[in-house]
Amino acid sequence: MIAKLQQLEKDALAELAAAINEEQILAVRTKYLGRKGLLTGLLRNISQVPDEDKPVFGKRCNEVKDVLNSKIEDVLKLQSSRKKEDILLKEKIDVTLPGRFVPCGRIHPVIQVRREICAIFASFGFSVVEGPEIELDYYNFEALNIPKDHPARDMQDTFYIEENIVLRTHTSPVQVRVMEKVQPPVRILSPGRVYRPDSDVSHTPMFHQIEGLLVDKGISFGDLKGILTAFLKKVFGEKTVLRFRPSFFPFTEPSAEVDIRCVMCGGQGCRVCGQSGWLEILGSGMVDPAVFKNVGYDPEIYTGFAFGLGLERIAMLKYGISDIRLFFENDIRFLRQF
Amino acid sequence: MLVSLKWLKDYVDVEMTPAELADALTMAGLEVDEIKQIKPAFTGVVSAEILSVKPHPSADKLCLCAVTDSIQTYPIVCGAKNIKAGDIVPLAKVGATIPGGYTIKSTVLRGEKSDGMLCSEEELEVGDDNTGIMQLPPGTALGKPLEEILDLGDTVLDVSITPNRADCLSMIGIAREVAAITGKKIKMPAGEVCESAEDINSITSVKIIDSDLCPRYTARMIKDVAIGPSPVWMKTRLEAVGLRSINNVVDVTNFVMLEMGQPLHSFDFRFLEEGRIVVRKSIQDEEFVSLDGKSRKLEADTLLICDGVKPVAIGGIMGGLNSEVKDDTRIVFLESAYFNPSSIRRSARRLAMPTDAAFRFERGIDPEGVLAALNRAARLIADLSGGKVCKNYIDEYPAKVPAAANIPLALSRVNAVIGTAIEGSEVIRILQSIGMEVKENEPGKYSVTPPTYRVDITREIDLIEEVARLYGYDRVPVTLPDVAVTEMAAIPRLDLEERIRTVLTGNGYNEVINYSFISPQSVDYLGLTENDERRRLVHIKNPLVEDQAVMRTTMIFALLDSLKKNANNGCFNLKLFEMGRIFLNCGAGKLPEERNVLAGLLSGTIGEDLWNYRLNVDFYDIKGCLDNLFSDLKTGYCRYVAENPEPFLHPGKSANIYLKDSKVGYLGEVHPDVKDRMDLKVNSYVFEINLDMLVSHTTGEVTYKEISKYPAVTRDVAFVVDSSVQADYMLDIVLRQKEDLLENVGIFDIYAGKGLPDGTKSLGLRFSYRSPDKTLTDLEVNNVHERIVHKTLDLTGARVRS
Repeated sequence: MIAKLQQLEKDALAELAAAINEEQILAVRTKYLGRKGLLTGLLRNISQVPDEDKPVFGKRCNEVKDVLNSKIEDVLKLQSSRKKEDILLKEKIDVTLPGRFVPCGRIHPVIQVRREICAIFASFGFSVVEGPEIELDYYNFEALNIPKDHPARDMQDTFYIEENIVLRTHTSPVQVRVMEKVQPPVRILSPGRVYRPDSDVSHTPMFHQIEGLLVDKGISFGDLKGILTAFLKKVFGEKTVLRFRPSFFPFTEPSAEVDIRCVMCGGQGCRVCGQSGWLEILGSGMVDPAVFKNVGYDPEIYTGFAFGLGLERIAMLKYGISDIRLFFENDIRFLRQF
Repeated sequence: MLVSLKWLKDYVDVEMTPAELADALTMAGLEVDEIKQIKPAFTGVVSAEILSVKPHPSADKLCLCAVTDSIQTYPIVCGAKNIKAGDIVPLAKVGATIPGGYTIKSTVLRGEKSDGMLCSEEELEVGDDNTGIMQLPPGTALGKPLEEILDLGDTVLDVSITPNRADCLSMIGIAREVAAITGKKIKMPAGEVCESAEDINSITSVKIIDSDLCPRYTARMIKDVAIGPSPVWMKTRLEAVGLRSINNVVDVTNFVMLEMGQPLHSFDFRFLEEGRIVVRKSIQDEEFVSLDGKSRKLEADTLLICDGVKPVAIGGIMGGLNSEVKDDTRIVFLESAYFNPSSIRRSARRLAMPTDAAFRFERGIDPEGVLAALNRAARLIADLSGGKVCKNYIDEYPAKVPAAANIPLALSRVNAVIGTAIEGSEVIRILQSIGMEVKENEPGKYSVTPPTYRVDITREIDLIEEVARLYGYDRVPVTLPDVAVTEMAAIPRLDLEERIRTVLTGNGYNEVINYSFISPQSVDYLGLTENDERRRLVHIKNPLVEDQAVMRTTMIFALLDSLKKNANNGCFNLKLFEMGRIFLNCGAGKLPEERNVLAGLLSGTIGEDLWNYRLNVDFYDIKGCLDNLFSDLKTGYCRYVAENPEPFLHPGKSANIYLKDSKVGYLGEVHPDVKDRMDLKVNSYVFEINLDMLVSHTTGEVTYKEISKYPAVTRDVAFVVDSSVQADYMLDIVLRQKEDLLENVGIFDIYAGKGLPDGTKSLGLRFSYRSPDKTLTDLEVNNVHERIVHKTLDLTGARVRS
């Protein structure tokens, strides 16, 4: 009887393995485990088994029954998941058709650069300040040590509203306005629109500047180099080569232009750097004691440095834009690239 | 300023290459913008030896020469008399070009072949000798290009001189810098004058009336001059730096100006009436014809150089036509003066005469260098024109120009400002290298007297800068400041702007930046009424173009202009926004009011890039974007009031925007008239919002409300109302009943037409009820709901649509 049982198990498993759909599986179940099934039949004939073997036989019968049941369960599950899969596959779509979306707008590239620069200086502890775009001659020039009838005025052509009211030519007047109100230490950044009457591929009558100012006891030209070096490496990469070159601004002394090794040619000389291998990036210097006197700081106690840079110029270098006027034409085909 | 290297080498030895020199000057603060090469006026001329000279068989004045460049022998027909076998001469070979645009060809002269040309100095423009063929020194290698033998050609540096460095506006000025950088010595040009017996004081006089504008006036007289061309050495130097040679007197004044930085002027003495000079201010509207032939009306207080009767020059700016040196001038009155820098600058700007002389005077020349330049020029004029310099000179110096002296300098301060540990001896060496006198009063404390040409140096900080730049910025160690952390109050509007950027770009709007100035006609295009405050335009006195002549008082016009430009490129579907300022005139002498504004534009269709979705934009698209924005900004309840806000908006499709009770902006469709006037074809919507007001409504505060665990129950009701009734009105009435269980109410349907009386519409409201602490029963919901509906019907006169 035991041998029969074993044969039966073997046969049933073979038939299950061969079953290809739900019907056949259910048929196997009925054939072996149904009320008139083969295994049921064997159990019914337990009386023919010798008494001493009965417990073993009964146990085996139940084992076989469990094995078959669980096997049938598995095969049925497998079968039904295959069926679902078939249905899903029939629902197949063309995934290469474009997605449906509201196209995101873009932030103006000059503002993106402003954000980046402000974020870097925020990490150095600089706070953003603002001032009027239409400014008194006093703040735009005189307080910055640029008297009337001084040749330094030639450095910045000016739009005039009245004799003593101008469109600010730089964001530097903001530093004067802040220093008039606040005692050192001062660590400020003043971004904004500035205006100079000039228009060609590298000049627009309006552009953006960021001016920074740091004033405290014991600030040196070495500190200016340190901050600006750290800043430019963050913007243009750790490997950026810089040079600080003596220059002149009426409101700083000593003054320095800061150049970086040309990002286009690596210093070989190209059209972008005018064959010099260097790109002028920003102007800077130690705040002139005359400016401190104008705002009531004691230049014997405090020193500081200021710097200024044009955002369009940075954006042009970053994105390879050769005509500055593009920034203000607002051509959507331009704006969407950033 | 253009600097000829050859000229520069007259005053200082330069061993560096031009590129090295340019770099060294740049790093000392004299930025070299460009290095230009100047080539000689000929090509293809080499040294050659004359082997034989024979008479020409059929022309008395010509001879036949055999000439070799050591490679080949050439037959040359020549007319010069000064040549013989063995001479080494310049040979222009076949194919050579010589001044005047000639190219040498193989030719036959009176039956004799000639393969080239022997040249005189004048023919090659390398000298003034035109009497015969130029002779090269015996032993000169043959076949060598002449430019190499004579070291012709030049390198010119274009140096940009910052406004403080007036002392560098001359060759000697640059030479001094080169000397300081390289440690070489300066060679000053000869300035001793050989004087005749006649005393200048017996012939002429100078009277300064306005010594504030002319503190010093010196003069020399040169008699018996013969006006003629300048020698080649002078011409090539002047031409190398971009000046045209005129004659041997005018060229000298230009040459000495470029050499020493002192502008000079030469008068023809015969035109000076009463034979004297008077220096005075002009009277209002005084007329004067300057050298350039233009007649000018002068404003009062322009400095004039006059003779006994009339003006003969605008002091420091330009001479007069009435007294200029002419071909037959015999007596030259030479002026070298110091004029007040700001007066010169004012006059030069007013007259729009930015001459080389004015440029130098307004930056400040060396008040003590006036005489040296006078003498140098007098001597050169005498040398070049055969004239005689009269004995003595005039030096009227009524107002001593102050010069800085004994400026205190502390070594500790030098190192504190620069951030270095430079030794005292090094500081002294640097300052002395640029002509400063340094006295050490006690260790580390100095008194420094700058040379008089360094008019820019008056303070300790000026000295520190000199030390820093000559020590080398690159040698200053990089440090980071040790600063106490102080927080300035942040500007809340800037955070708001960043938030707005995030929301609007997320909604598909692209940020633009328009110029802050616009056309004065913009307010007419927009149809603004006469008393609209946006007609308070701020006018720019000197705009570049008329379209940029006023500051904007609204951002809408520029946005519409952007739309137009884009539409011209075939891009009609735009979503744009800008944040910036508008400017309102507050009257003469006052700064305008500046307001921070956000404006936006929506036009065309939504979904232009989508394959399955396209829709004309309408009012609710742009409004939805603002709703989204206000919701993100947590401004609280926002109302749109249809009160025909703007003349440039569609009266039926526009609204003012209110936050609480303040109007913060407006939105709407662009008025068809405005579109016509601006030639805009595409449907377009705009908004403009005052950011300064918006920021006061943006608290940014969020208080979390518990989410109810219990389900909501909704009820829909369609109210039939007069068609003029606005959705807001209905919702307001519902909300004002303040029923706690009413979680939300909104519009889910609007219908007008069939089945409804004319002049009415149906507004479908969806009410949502929920309790925070239990599941509502039907009965409870119905109670509240009916209360609300009945009250709403009572208050509005609406009826429920069945």
